[in-house]
Amino acid sequence: MAHDLSILEAFFEECEDLIVALTEGLAEMREGSADDETMNAVFRAVHSIKGAAGAFALDELVGFAHKFETVLDAVRSDRLEVDEKLLRVLQRAGDILADLVDDARDETPANRAVVDPILAELQSFLGPYGEGQQAVEEAFSFEAVALDIGMQESEAAGYRVSFQPSSEFYALGHDPTLIIAALMELGEATVEVDAQYLPVAFADFEWSRGYLTWQIDIVGLTTDLPIRDVFQFMDDICALKITALDASEQDAMVPPDVGVATSQALPAMALAPAEGIKRPAKKPATTLRVDPERVDRLINAVGELIINQSVISQRLQEAELPNTAELFADLDDYKFLAREIQEGVMAIRAQPVKPLFQRMMRIAREAADATGKDVDLIMTGEATEVDKTVVERLADPLTHMIRNAIDHGIEKPADRVAAKKEKQGKLRLSASQRSGSIVIEIADDGAGLNRSDIRTIAIEKGLIAPDAVLSDQEIDHLLFAPGFSTATEITNLSGRGVGMDVVKTAITALGGRIAITTNPGHGTTFSITLPLTLAVMDGMIITVGGQTMVVPISSILETIRPVAGDISKLGLNSEVIRIRGEHIPIIDLAERLGHHPSVKEMTDRVLLLIQTEAIPQCALAVDEIFDQRQVVVKSMSGNYGEIVGVSGATILGDGKIALIIDPDAVTSTPAITPQFTTPDREVAHVGAS
Amino acid sequence: MSEQADAKLAKNLEFVTLVTGGQNFCIEITQIREIRRWSPITMLPHSPPYVLGVINLRGAVIPIIDLAAKLGFEKIEPTERHVIIIVAIHDAIVGLLVESVSEIIGVSQDMVRETPRGPEDETTRSILGIITLGEEMTKIINLSTLSPKKDQVAA
Repeated sequence: MAHDLSILEAFFEECEDLIVALTEGLAEMREGSADDETMNAVFRAVHSIKGAAGAFALDELVGFAHKFETVLDAVRSDRLEVDEKLLRVLQRAGDILADLVDDARDETPANRAVVDPILAELQSFLGPYGEGQQAVEEAFSFEAVALDIGMQESEAAGYRVSFQPSSEFYALGHDPTLIIAALMELGEATVEVDAQYLPVAFADFEWSRGYLTWQIDIVGLTTDLPIRDVFQFMDDICALKITALDASEQDAMVPPDVGVATSQALPAMALAPAEGIKRPAKKPATTLRVDPERVDRLINAVGELIINQSVISQRLQEAELPNTAELFADLDDYKFLAREIQEGVMAIRAQPVKPLFQRMMRIAREAADATGKDVDLIMTGEATEVDKTVVERLADPLTHMIRNAIDHGIEKPADRVAAKKEKQGKLRLSASQRSGSIVIEIADDGAGLNRSDIRTIAIEKGLIAPDAVLSDQEIDHLLFAPGFSTATEITNLSGRGVGMDVVKTAITALGGRIAITTNPGHGTTFSITLPLTLAVMDGMIITVGGQTMVVPISSILETIRPVAGDISKLGLNSEVIRIRGEHIPIIDLAERLGHHPSVKEMTDRVLLLIQTEAIPQCALAVDEIFDQRQVVVKSMSGNYGEIVGVSGATILGDGKIALIIDPDAVTSTPAITPQFTTPDREVAHVGAS
Repeated sequence: MSEQADAKLAKNLEFVTLVTGGQNFCIEITQIREIRRWSPITMLPHSPPYVLGVINLRGAVIPIIDLAAKLGFEKIEPTERHVIIIVAIHDAIVGLLVESVSEIIGVSQDMVRETPRGPEDETTRSILGIITLGEEMTKIINLSTLSPKKDQVAA
């Protein structure tokens, strides 16, 4: 079959949605909150994948989906009891199905070593029902269901055709299978045969008589004309009744007691899986697929709009026009509208973390299987929305942390029992929104961090001096040090050469931070704080050495106008400030960035009290604070490269560029000796004028 | 070097001539995006001396290189009279600050010669070839040696 690439792409996109629906449904079944509709949704997902895959001749996928579907069908029609073992196999099958879809997309061969055992397990559930039915279905069903790619089948009514050929019908050489095949092409059809008039004994058969009556339900037809067309010229050789189907009537299950005779007589159409299952009013949410690049263009344009709006308001203020009150009211409206557009556009990029979390369920399941631990992953706040890029780039760090939590955090069942804990470990994955940030927490109820072990390893690896005096918190943070790994032997689970430092780097790259709290014997919690969006940031506009810069509000605890008495020298160059009895180091931002140290007295300057990973608290000395506003973040790396201490740049209302300071990097890198001489001061001067 | 090969193959080449560090240079016209007046520059920390900083080019952040300093001449004292040539180096957009831009010259490929061999320095390393114009000559700048991105990686 020659197929259009874009249709194939659409199929894979569809598959993603179907897999999500499948995973969701299976999870509900596992939780026990499933109802009939859930079961149907799960079945439908697998069935739709199979149908569409059949249309693309993706045999591997079709074969697996088929077996999966057969088991699901048995569950749905209560022929199979749902128990723990079945649920486990179903979930694994769901994972494999997702893998096979990926394989088909990448055109890589399926991993037989993984697929086959599950296939065999699925088969084992089928037992006596499976075989006969299956052989029959195998012959044709893919073709028949191939049309069912779309999720939304129209709610259009259908027709019930009741059809009993007379003996003349057969005598004239007509074949009922052809008629039924023609009917099946008209729409989604379910065929039922009434064999009650069949004589029991073979000897009683009258060769010229027709014993069978078919009842064919066709959904998706709005008029019975096409049906009548099929039966043209047959009016007098069969008994025909066509009735409109009410949606509630389309119960299309094939009765389980269909005799053997039926499946033999009608190999082509028996037992198509119950397709027209009742669907409550619950319509699938309509979504719009848009090329992300278009959205990004829109976001950029809106960013410019915001900048333009602040340029205009700045210009107007400078113009000192008479009687400007109304003008400013209009300007406020403009500002409001621009913000609204911005928020709307940002919302397009926002996605719930749910699919990400669902992927973690699988990771957790596999990790638990591999380590022989019993772990329950509890998820909360899956509806929390985050920028698409954040969701995508969180997948790797989260995967790693989940594996870590199961591999290192949660104890083996026996140890848990010994520690008087429940045998099953609990792993909580939660997302929530807190004042402009997203907080994601991964909490296990395991043994907690072993600080003395961490210390020993850090000393062994040369990360700290043997006699270093570290606070508990500092020891915990050693986990994030590059080259640190507590596992004494490399397990194939979490010891894949990536350490927590990679996790931390990934989070930092997203503009977030990560923290650990641990309670020995009761578990460890990692919390990741992320900005809601990467494109816009709340910033404090400051000046340093004549340059305008931006410091992210999220890292500023407070601003301080220092008093002479609070500042004291610490050694030759360093200074500390006393705040509420604590002495906090002062870092001169100008010096850190390689500018000339400010000539201003410390008391004429402003201190920003900030909190970073490296230092719990420090005071960043800047010359002046201008304003506090939202800025559009522009990357520096595209045309220039990464700069230590600078996370990006933004364009201010006057069209000039202001660098965005990365407080973590600025405070953790040592000050550089000023390498610039006079010309640079001049540049700086011109630049800020 | 591919640029050199390209220059030899093409029949009619056009170059923009410019003056920096008091000398004549030229850049192939297809590599130039636009020529702008000087505009305020925001300086960058931790940057090599020849990187003046960044400017806002219609919403994009573009680094500005002092071409004279990069070629080993004295640093420019930027004034309003200076000109910024916006060029594309691989996939990055970079501005070159120069003293002035003179004219566009049409050149056939046989007028493009290899750089005469001599002691190498900062300037000759950035020269792709020379063009003789009667009595005078001008030097073709090899833009790929100018990318600030490359320096960042090396550092």
